Amino acid sequence: MGIDRREFLKIAGLSAMMGLGGKAAFDLLVPGEVEASLKDTPLTQAKRWGMVVDMDKMNDEIMDRCVEACHRIHNVPDWGDPKVEIKWIWKETYEHTFAGQGHDYQGEEFKERNFLILCNHCDNPACCRVCPTKATWKREKDGVVMMDPHRCIGCRFCMAACPFGARSFNWGDPRKAPEELNTQFPTNRDYPTRTKGVVEKCNLCAERIAKGQFPACVETANEILKDSLVFGDLEDPGSNVRKLLRSRYAIRRKPELGTGPNIYYVV
Amino acid sequence: MLDKAIKGSQIYWGWIIFLLALIGVGFGFYLYQWFEGLRITGMSRDVSWGFYIGQLTYFVGVAASGVMVVLPCYLHDYKAFGRITILGEFLAVPAIIICLLFVFVDLGNFPRFINMMIHPNLTSILFWDAIVLNVYLFLNILIGWNVLSAERKGIHYQKWIKILIYISIPWAFSIHTVTAFLYAGIPGRHYWLTAILAARFLSSAFCSGPALLILLCLIVRKVTKFDPGKEQIRTLGGIVAYAMIINVFFFLLELFTAFYSQIPGHMHSIVYLFVGLEGHGKLVPLMWIATAFAFIALVILIVPGFRRKEGILTVACISVIISTWIDKGFGLIVGGFIPNSFEKVFEYWPTVPEVFISVGIWATGLFILTVLYKIVTAVKEEVAA
Amino acid sequence: MYDGWKIIPGLIIFLILLLFPLWNQAFHPGKAGITPNPELTETAKNAEKCIEPKPFMKTQHMKMLDEWRNEVVRDAERYYKSSEGKEYYKSLQITCLECHSNKSKFCDQCHNYMGVDPFCWDCHIEPKENE
Repeated sequence: MGIDRREFLKIAGLSAMMGLGGKAAFDLLVPGEVEASLKDTPLTQAKRWGMVVDMDKMNDEIMDRCVEACHRIHNVPDWGDPKVEIKWIWKETYEHTFAGQGHDYQGEEFKERNFLILCNHCDNPACCRVCPTKATWKREKDGVVMMDPHRCIGCRFCMAACPFGARSFNWGDPRKAPEELNTQFPTNRDYPTRTKGVVEKCNLCAERIAKGQFPACVETANEILKDSLVFGDLEDPGSNVRKLLRSRYAIRRKPELGTGPNIYYVV
Repeated sequence: MLDKAIKGSQIYWGWIIFLLALIGVGFGFYLYQWFEGLRITGMSRDVSWGFYIGQLTYFVGVAASGVMVVLPCYLHDYKAFGRITILGEFLAVPAIIICLLFVFVDLGNFPRFINMMIHPNLTSILFWDAIVLNVYLFLNILIGWNVLSAERKGIHYQKWIKILIYISIPWAFSIHTVTAFLYAGIPGRHYWLTAILAARFLSSAFCSGPALLILLCLIVRKVTKFDPGKEQIRTLGGIVAYAMIINVFFFLLELFTAFYSQIPGHMHSIVYLFVGLEGHGKLVPLMWIATAFAFIALVILIVPGFRRKEGILTVACISVIISTWIDKGFGLIVGGFIPNSFEKVFEYWPTVPEVFISVGIWATGLFILTVLYKIVTAVKEEVAA
Repeated sequence: MYDGWKIIPGLIIFLILLLFPLWNQAFHPGKAGITPNPELTETAKNAEKCIEPKPFMKTQHMKMLDEWRNEVVRDAERYYKSSEGKEYYKSLQITCLECHSNKSKFCDQCHNYMGVDPFCWDCHIEPKENE
């Protein structure tokens, strides 16, 4: 962790091919060649991706930056209205994140404490079970709960089925979101927007891990405070996430529902 | 036989034009939704299904209830219903079409619905719901049309139709069971996560559907020369009575489990619906209206002296329809989403365009119903003459 | 002929409607005459060839993109091996539009001529032109 893997790989990839670095070299390459050179990097493979949020280290500033980075990279529009808002990752207080688990004598600082929330990439996801078109499914090789916006018919069965409120629907065309709130939209010209009438959610940065990059939130969090958000392979006993889960007390949201969330919170 | 539908009185044509106008208005609002997206509805990130899916649920019940005239006729050899089975079947046809239209307008990307057929997910209840609904539609059109043609020609319908009729009886139960499974198997939505949901759906279907059929019979008697029959209406009244009692009983079972166990998740939605939660209670008046009408309906239906008077029975039928419509077509869906997965209350209320699109769909159903009933009554008049 | 006075005018009206494309064209001459002329950017010209030979790209690019989107999103196969054995990153926005950054003078030329309106652009971002 802590190393800016993306920069490292970019430079390494370019130097290997051209013996050069920087923008000039990039321009000489055939489109897609840099990306093509990045496959087979170790980070692209895991049996089951998971995340551990270390609440001792995590704070509001880091969370805000994670949310900002994720939404910027994935062209998530800001509708400025909770009715139609789209969220891939966001903050929620303890009371609501772990609804029903608090007690009356908890201090306000615990109740009001913010947690970082995103799709749990469950082992046994209800959303995938109910989707009539397989537009959302559990990726066998690494456990990411994927979403195919080309396939989605917008029935919103997955939103009803998800017990974590992780899914958002494009109630309107994201490109018609209020301009004053989205001056730079689309914020990432290398990533698509969505169309109206499809569901979207966190994709665990499938497009980034394929290139050996950490998910945007993980990268951002670790730039600010190392190991505040830890990402790794839950199937690998030697992985950083497994080490953390062995040594520290961690909880998950609504484990009693049997969906098997893969996002852990060290408290 | 379709020619029967184009020979009618001025009132008939006036009614048809009125319905077409409503369909046109609904379609206009649909175009608005088509261009702007579903944000023009009252649905939200938290209440992601609303009026449309509620109507789907309710009208699957109406469609399934056709079996309440078919079953006594064919399984119990109750001959009196032979006269009106066609009315039940031709009520199911527009009801299913209403259901399918409500699914379509609810889809974010309706042209892609074809993905359900090219990339079906066999674990999805919605896929199975589409299958059973379409087969049921097909069965009812086929059976109704063939039986009526045979009646017109004065012959007995063919043998294979009888097989289809026997298939259609369990099929009617299946469509509403599958619809209940849409909700009853979802983790984390306590109001829906109940094994009795399919049974509740069937009981409310078997009171609201026949109640509607009674009203339709009375209208048919009034505007045509065909009389569905006094005995038939009385028997239907009995069916409505039993089904409504069971329906209310099942709901009371839900109340017991939720409130005797005192498990917060099980109580929250019900509390929201009937008294409001955290200061939010948009649905409270509606739910009490439903309760009041259920009470009126039960009093009339239980006392035989009331139930057997057609005038008072009409009041009971209207009460049953209002009560079950609010409970199933509105409260059930919205209540399931409140409170949301974070135990926050985010309310829902349909918007004007949403209601007009729904009116357009109801009008489409009524249009088809009118045409089909026109054909039926014209054939019945012709045969009688 | 019975009802000839009804049938003949009816037939004439039918023929007029049937021939709509022809007479409509006669009133708006020239439009169909414009042949599409997709232009290559400097980058594209310098690259000399696309990922596959031109005739293939001309007729099969839509099929290829359709396959790509499924392979990338659904099967996580993000790299395309061309017939020449070269590897490319399967991406409309990153790979294709890097060279063909002149959508209006390249993509739209034929699309408009053929009257097709691919919904790729509902989500995939068009390149900023004239930069």
